[in-house]
Amino acid sequence: MIGGPPLLDVSGLDAWYGDFQALFDISISVGEGEVVAIIGANGAGKSTLLRTIAGLQPRTAGSLTFDGAALAGVPAHRRVALGISLVPEGRRIFPSLSVEENLLVGAQASRPGAWTVAAVLELFPLLGDKRRRGGSQLSGGEQQALAIGRGLMANPRLLLLDEVSLGLAPIIVRRIYEALPAIRAAGTTVVVVEQDIGQALRAADRVYCMLEGRVALEGVPAELDRDQIATAYFGVRA
Amino acid sequence: MTTANNLVQGLLLGGLYAMFATGLSLMFGVMRLVNLAHGDFAILAAFLALVIVDGTGLHPLLTLAVAVPAMFVLGYLLQRGLLNFAVGGDGLAAVLVTFGLSIILQNLLLELFSADSRGLDAGAIEDTSLALGRLNVGWFPLLTLVTGAAVLGGLQLLLARTRLGRELRATSDDPQTAQLVGIDHRHAFAVATGLALATVAIAGIFLGTRTTFSPALGPTRLIFAFEAVIIGGLGSLWGTLAGGMVLGVAQTLGAQISPGWGVLTGHLVFLAVLAFRPSGLFGKPVTT
Repeated sequence: MIGGPPLLDVSGLDAWYGDFQALFDISISVGEGEVVAIIGANGAGKSTLLRTIAGLQPRTAGSLTFDGAALAGVPAHRRVALGISLVPEGRRIFPSLSVEENLLVGAQASRPGAWTVAAVLELFPLLGDKRRRGGSQLSGGEQQALAIGRGLMANPRLLLLDEVSLGLAPIIVRRIYEALPAIRAAGTTVVVVEQDIGQALRAADRVYCMLEGRVALEGVPAELDRDQIATAYFGVRA
Repeated sequence: MTTANNLVQGLLLGGLYAMFATGLSLMFGVMRLVNLAHGDFAILAAFLALVIVDGTGLHPLLTLAVAVPAMFVLGYLLQRGLLNFAVGGDGLAAVLVTFGLSIILQNLLLELFSADSRGLDAGAIEDTSLALGRLNVGWFPLLTLVTGAAVLGGLQLLLARTRLGRELRATSDDPQTAQLVGIDHRHAFAVATGLALATVAIAGIFLGTRTTFSPALGPTRLIFAFEAVIIGGLGSLWGTLAGGMVLGVAQTLGAQISPGWGVLTGHLVFLAVLAFRPSGLFGKPVTT
């Protein structure tokens, strides 16, 4: 971890998804400037964790601290203003807004910073000739790029990316991940939830692996071996 | 000639119906909330205008300057304080709450103003007309249509071109994701209701000038507003204007056959649209 107090600190977090408990005693911390990947099987609680950090899902125990301040009781839209942006699973593009309007609405929180419509279109050239296009008329990869761009428009300090590569062709996934260094260079800390373990290990400084709502493994990709990851991922010895 | 004249009168009446329908359509569009008290708010605005006219001697149309902002504020507070708790779910809670509001409003107005029919006197503009060949077009109905078109056009511009409009459309698409971009959806909902009551206030004051009104008149107006929205097609503001005109024409032509048939003919046209073109004249085809 890079020195100094963590930008995001989650400790002892419990959360429920409807009638069953999805997160048990989760503790993670993310330093400013890091790229952290959260991997795990379907239903491990990765998305619930991101949604809880973004304020869409209530926590029942534990604490969330962002830049030293507790997030308890701060509603989701205020967390955006503090600098936390979640790019949700399934992209969730606004269908009745054009590509450009989807980006502009991302700047609703009026945080100052480097990201503008022009900067996002430069980052994702595949959107460039489609700015007047309706949000619902895009391919999956274009929607994912637009969703990330919309998240960046808030000039977040912490960008949460949920299931980035789900349902996308490998070449598109590569193109999306190619944008990561530029996002990082702009000073943004990134937490990415990813089912593609190889992709996650290549992109991240640190990895957490979740299993059945708990953190099963934490480490630096270079120091983790396949057996450790397989055990943490599937819960059995491979 | 009578038919041509009635056709024109019907089209002009459509402007009034469209004004009634806009707010209903807006609230449903942004938060899937059916406001059964919509007509009663129009009547409330008409009584508000009456109080101002009685108190200050102001021209009824000038009371718009006070009544419209007042109704916007009322709508905003109503949504924040009450209706936001009824949004979501299967929509039944909102129907029950607004039905209750409708009863409360009617009885409140009855207590305050009695059941007598009242009217707003706009003076000369009410009974002078513009002669177009052999047609006579009343200045006031013409003003009503122009105002209705301006209200719809203004709202259309607001939704399509401004930051607030973007905010409302995004919230309408997906309230949860709207929060993720920093929109306070409860505030957006409240602004939508504020705008809805502001537009229905204009409608109510034009109605009160055109004809007489009494505390129990709201539900009838609500039905006409519903019919205009459905005929025109949900989600299309210009469709709502067209729907209002179709309804207006149906009513005046029906009344030409027999005075009792006016409202009935309107209902029949509405039912025919529901049966043969349920998405309305300009609505997108119903997919769910």
